[in-house]
Amino acid sequence: MHTAETASPFGLQAARDSRADAIGARPRSTLRGRLVGAADLFAWPLGLSHYLELVNPLWSTHTTWARVVDLIDETADARTLVLRPGRGFGAYRAGQYVPVTVTIDGRRHTRTYSISTAPGRAPGRGGIAITVKHVAGGRVSGHLVRGIRRGAYVELGTPQGEFVLPDAPRPRLLLLTAGSGVTPARAMLQELSARGALADVVHLHWAPRAADVIFARDLASLAAAHPGYRLHVLATCEPPSGVATAGHFSPNLLDARCADWRARDAYACGPRALLEAAEAHWTASGCAQRLRVERFQPVLAPLPADVAGGRACFRRSGVTVETGAGQSLLLAAEAAGLAPAHGCRMGICHTCTVTLRSGRVRDLRDGRVTDEPGARVQICVSAAAGECEVEL
Amino acid sequence: MVAESGPLSHLRVDELRRYGEELDAIREEILADRGTRDRRYILRLIGTQRALALGSRLAMLAACAFHPWLALPWASMSAFLVVLGLGTLGLALAKILENMEIGHNILHAQWDWMGDPEVRSDRWEWDHVCPASQWRHSHNVVHHMWTNVMGRDRDVGYGMLRVTERQRWSPFYAIQPLSFLVMMALFEWFIALHDIEVAHVWSGKRSWDEARPLVRDGLRKVGRQVLKDYVLWPVLAGPFFLWVLGANFVANVLRNVWTFIIIFCGHFPAGVHHFAKGSVEGETRGHWYARQMLGSCNIDGGRLFHVMSGNLSHQIEHHLFPDLPSNRYPEIAPRVRTIAARYGIDYNTGSLRRQFGTTVAKVLRFTLPGPVPAAH
Repeated sequence: MHTAETASPFGLQAARDSRADAIGARPRSTLRGRLVGAADLFAWPLGLSHYLELVNPLWSTHTTWARVVDLIDETADARTLVLRPGRGFGAYRAGQYVPVTVTIDGRRHTRTYSISTAPGRAPGRGGIAITVKHVAGGRVSGHLVRGIRRGAYVELGTPQGEFVLPDAPRPRLLLLTAGSGVTPARAMLQELSARGALADVVHLHWAPRAADVIFARDLASLAAAHPGYRLHVLATCEPPSGVATAGHFSPNLLDARCADWRARDAYACGPRALLEAAEAHWTASGCAQRLRVERFQPVLAPLPADVAGGRACFRRSGVTVETGAGQSLLLAAEAAGLAPAHGCRMGICHTCTVTLRSGRVRDLRDGRVTDEPGARVQICVSAAAGECEVEL
Repeated sequence: MVAESGPLSHLRVDELRRYGEELDAIREEILADRGTRDRRYILRLIGTQRALALGSRLAMLAACAFHPWLALPWASMSAFLVVLGLGTLGLALAKILENMEIGHNILHAQWDWMGDPEVRSDRWEWDHVCPASQWRHSHNVVHHMWTNVMGRDRDVGYGMLRVTERQRWSPFYAIQPLSFLVMMALFEWFIALHDIEVAHVWSGKRSWDEARPLVRDGLRKVGRQVLKDYVLWPVLAGPFFLWVLGANFVANVLRNVWTFIIIFCGHFPAGVHHFAKGSVEGETRGHWYARQMLGSCNIDGGRLFHVMSGNLSHQIEHHLFPDLPSNRYPEIAPRVRTIAARYGIDYNTGSLRRQFGTTVAKVLRFTLPGPVPAAH
């Protein structure tokens, strides 16, 4: 679950565009585009794609579906999903992530996952794979690791992210990964190996125990096949003693395992502690520009039961305000001089509904808390719960 | 006492509050229970509707192969008419499903909780000449907030008909049996004009500048609808252009007649209550619920009937909880009815025949001025 902090859960889809507008806006420059555009007029207010979807979801272009074609258990709590994306899934580069949307209890949830295979290297034709570790209490990761079956469909967004290989033909790299942070690195290694460019890569990977190493066999066979790929698997807690062994990231450990780290393009992906330690060390050494990091999604702090109010960020207006306890977002926005669309002001008509970007809101009628990015929020009856960012 | 006279005069303030809390509890319960089966319901319905719409349009084209004019071995005028008729009926049913159980309810944000951009109130556009955005205003905001409040709810007679003695008679209402029939056949066009408030623009009460963007959006929507139903699909039929055009027209009219009947049974049958503007000032939650209940009427029927009416046959439940998924209205209706009985608040329900019959009777009666009929 790695994401750039600015990733939008809906990819390119603007939140308030109507579906009809989105259909009309399709490029018409190619012959195929023109034909589809003409067919869309017959299907109005839907598009041709809505009817193709009935026959085969993978033919749909208004939503990019992917079929789960294989499930591979990597460790006790991590699983690879091999996906067959439908038409409209864009090209990607090794190391990038993709928004994945699943439906749980009738509700859609979107998370971003690094693609764990290099383009063209997933088992099955034209597929991609994501590798998911079950986060304790995680709704989506739990569903993907334990719940989902072969033949199910998930939605994919646009592959994105800057965590990609440099352009050099045979790059000198240092990979720092921990836990499921190994997933984008695995795609990069596959890519380098396929290009015959896996010539000088040092890879430090941390996991609690050897049994927890995702892609352990894959990485080992890459290391065996490519002398220039030096893999160091570091266990942080070897049973039965449970005491720290090789230890977490430290400057000393780095010097010991990779003395020439300053001369390498470094990529770090893993828990916050690793990324912060690496960033601090690279910055202090004056070579911050050689380090790229890929972050885990920020985790919200536990919420006191009765919080209503807090900081509200109205993203489109570029306004951030402190809201009072029990003050609706609509009132807060109006107090800040904004004039959001609204109707009944009592939660009936849904004229004021906007999309939640991040953070949490509380429904003032029943106290229900919503923290799902992309959820719809009626601002006339919702207050910030701690902190929230909405499309307003 | 809540009121000195009227349908709630027997209730104390605290009783009305408890009544509201009981209804709130039903709402909370359903909100918390929404899940996989609800999503499956709406997605299956949407899939079925799309297949029916496409299948019916293809049937209309296939019918042409039977027309004697082509002189194919299987040519038969009766087969042509039967297949064309089936296509027409299928398209009418598809449009009814799309407009009512699917479109109307999605536009009420009943399915927004799924977080699905494809089934979301602010992104949905429906197979109807009225742009969804205008419908959401005239219906969700004006009508649902001000249900049956005289001078506020513009759905009381839709500015065309006199359906209560509270509307002052004018000579315009003398032709209302005719207006009623015209409106029934062309209902979607009246709805398209509704949010523009044509009469107010005409009289100068609403400025042309205010109406212009609505008219522009409306014309664009009308253009798309007309292009699809009356140009593109008929053109595919080649020499049978007029037949397919006619079939589309009949399908649209059938849809209009059915939606008109169901919708007119929602707030006009005998025994429904209307409210003075002043009576809703400072309305409490319980009071609001009571007004919605008194101002709405249900229609009895089976499961298929409820689906085909967009569950507007549960108009009372819909007005109490406009954003609960419509597939839940049948299961909460008996509980709502029990609560209504316990608090002695009218719960107006009856057969389609009774509800539409009394509506027609009212339209005929209120054609003429005169004393209030004895019935209520």
